[in-house]
Amino acid sequence: MTTPVPWALPPGNAREPSRGDGDPVYTVGRGHAASVRRPRISSLVAGLPPSGIREFFDIVATMDDVISLGVGEPDFATPWHICDEVYFALRSGETSYTSNWGLLELRQEIAAALERDYGAQYDPQRQVIITVGVSEGLDLALRTVLEPGDEVLVPEPCFVAYPAAVLLAHGKPVTVPTTAAGGFKVTPDLLEARLTERTRALILGNPNNPTGTVLSRSELGALAEFAERHDLLVLADEIYDRLVYAEPHTCFATLPGMAERTLLLNGFSKAYAMTGWRIGYVCGPPDIIAAMMCVHSYTMMCAPTVSQRAAVEALRHGRKEMERMVDSYNQRRRLFLSGLQRLGLPCVEPQGAFYAFPSIAHTGLSSAECATRLVHEQRLAAVPGTAFGASGEGHLRCAYCSSPEALHEALRRLEAFLRTV
Amino acid sequence: MTAQRSILSILAEEGCCTADEIATRLGLDPAEVRRLIEQMERDHVILGYHALVDWERAGESKVFAFIEVKANPERGAGFDALAAHIAAFPEVHSVHLISGTHDLNVVLEGDDFREIALFVSEKLAPLPQVVGTATSFVLKTYKLDGQLVVRDGADHRLPVVP
Repeated sequence: MTTPVPWALPPGNAREPSRGDGDPVYTVGRGHAASVRRPRISSLVAGLPPSGIREFFDIVATMDDVISLGVGEPDFATPWHICDEVYFALRSGETSYTSNWGLLELRQEIAAALERDYGAQYDPQRQVIITVGVSEGLDLALRTVLEPGDEVLVPEPCFVAYPAAVLLAHGKPVTVPTTAAGGFKVTPDLLEARLTERTRALILGNPNNPTGTVLSRSELGALAEFAERHDLLVLADEIYDRLVYAEPHTCFATLPGMAERTLLLNGFSKAYAMTGWRIGYVCGPPDIIAAMMCVHSYTMMCAPTVSQRAAVEALRHGRKEMERMVDSYNQRRRLFLSGLQRLGLPCVEPQGAFYAFPSIAHTGLSSAECATRLVHEQRLAAVPGTAFGASGEGHLRCAYCSSPEALHEALRRLEAFLRTV
Repeated sequence: MTAQRSILSILAEEGCCTADEIATRLGLDPAEVRRLIEQMERDHVILGYHALVDWERAGESKVFAFIEVKANPERGAGFDALAAHIAAFPEVHSVHLISGTHDLNVVLEGDDFREIALFVSEKLAPLPQVVGTATSFVLKTYKLDGQLVVRDGADHRLPVVP
């Protein structure tokens, strides 16, 4: 059976939101003196915990002179040829809606790239949907496949949105902690321990934010068998697939039997430095994609047309720039890791994304205390590991996609801080 | 990418980067990187290290001009002897043999327009192989050796992003 986890809901219903005496209560009804009093925020939303990262952002945003290791996005601007293409598209008047599915050209490029790079087979007409980033893709997928109360396995530490997205889809996130000792790798055994009859899906962020962990082909194979055995859907968030520094990335959907139970979530934000364009995609079995399309057509209509144009250009001509950026992240990864090593901070070697997740447990401080003191005492921002789930306790997430000079300065400040604790 | 190419890419872009840092960033042995760099310096693969300066922003007077030189090639030497002769003048910033409507492209560096004009009329144009010159003065520089001159150095990212 599952043990209590921070995200778990009480059986049968959403968590009880706070509605103490201090909460505003509004009177509804027209002209009735004592009409029904009810809160204006749904219990589901009122019960969502605030993103830990948001709280931390609010602290950092008020301070000057901060070196930030908290920025989870590329430090490159979008490659110019992509922006140039969009100027052209705008001059040509491409400002209308696209098909709900997204531009066919883009879906074709995506299917072709996935086949070329991973051997994945997707029909661009029926198996690819263009979304507003992976965030929309995740939301769409969960809303489409979950029945209220369905459980979703969410290995931790993980991207901040996973548990919340499950809750918003009326599901129940069941977090599965991983440990530094295990390289932050989720295994079938860890998942098995949290499995119930209601378990419906697994969200697998690989490469992982915040740990930078990359699962190998054989490790993924074991998870694939597990998914098969228990008839789970797998939401494979592979937004960092291009940012791998050791083994080549394995696309989960290409493992035996997985194409029919995997929703591949990906996008352009990280590989092509296009975070602000908000453009992603989901590939999967035609029946699920068609159902997602239905939700998408009512809620989003289509992803922004200019962003879709930009994405086409990225796939057609962006490889060289993308590889240059990845090489640059890798250089900074090595630089930052060697600095952590010099400071004696234990860190599982991240082999993907652009994060390191060192342990600060030996300082005796909690992640939140450590991050707060670091920013106040040394003007250095790193995100407390607990922002990514309880199992991130004792760690800080450090995004190393900053200039080498900034990284050197960050390491100096970290060193100065460690001398004081 | 070969170690040599990786090292050269970093040096060509950043210039001031120690061998130790390059080694760390590329995951190579520091002693090996030092050896490779010294070797490339000896072999004149690495010609030198210099700062890229925006003289205008520094408020220092400095004038650059592009000189298109039409010339007659020499039997057996082509344009090499002429190009080497021109390159030897300290006023000459760079010399390239190029394809197109003229033969050599010479970049001159001087303290003012007059100095450059005089150099062209007194030194360059009279050379026996030179058939003609056309001088274009640089009025404004937008990008120099791969670096944007007019740039907004601000990091537009939010300080903390999930």
